[in-house]
Amino acid sequence: MKNSDVIIQTTTKVVFFIIFLFAIHIFFAGHYTPGGGFVGGLLTASALVLLLLAFDIRTVKKALPFNYTVIIGIGLILALGTASASILFDVPFFTHAYDYFKLPLFGETSLHSAMLFDLGVYLVVVGATMNIILSIGSDD
Amino acid sequence: MTILFWVSLVLIVVSMALFVYRLIKGPTAPDRVIALDAMGVTLISVIALLSVLVGTNLYLEIILLLAILSFIGTVAFSKFIEKGEVFDRGDSD
Repeated sequence: MKNSDVIIQTTTKVVFFIIFLFAIHIFFAGHYTPGGGFVGGLLTASALVLLLLAFDIRTVKKALPFNYTVIIGIGLILALGTASASILFDVPFFTHAYDYFKLPLFGETSLHSAMLFDLGVYLVVVGATMNIILSIGSDD
Repeated sequence: MTILFWVSLVLIVVSMALFVYRLIKGPTAPDRVIALDAMGVTLISVIALLSVLVGTNLYLEIILLLAILSFIGTVAFSKFIEKGEVFDRGDSD
């Protein structure tokens, strides 16, 4: 019973990181190409679902001890904080700002505060999807 | 060169229709799961040919996304057929 899943478990150990990297890529590429927080969050959740399919719920909870309800809260606080931080600078609610920075490895990069809002969307989508799937999957 | 892509698109759509026949007709559940998996692959091919015909490279991420979703869906269906439940609780052992 334990050893019968060796092919899917070995495949998952490789494919999980590919899916997770693709999710991170699609999250950061959302500003200029299709993608963004929602698709990236759903893709991260599907990577976690692949882990849940290959292993069992208790193993995944021991490997990734996240409370997904708290992740929804963190995402909402991040989105609301990014939206309301513009009030402190005497501009209307939800005004975003961007600037160009010299980063050591990337060179000149434009950093936009909409990315923090998108990170909030990402965390809410991951938390909500994993909450739904875990609460349906584990019947207790 | 464009006519080549149109011809391959028509051929792939015909093969997808044949997979739909197998999906409807298939006597057992694994037949239908494999038909769905192969339909995912043909759908990826359709999107790749369409991205060539439309002339954009923004569809390439959809191809990878669809491959991932098709793989996860097939794994979930296979585990449901094999064990009767999708997620193990992990309490038994």
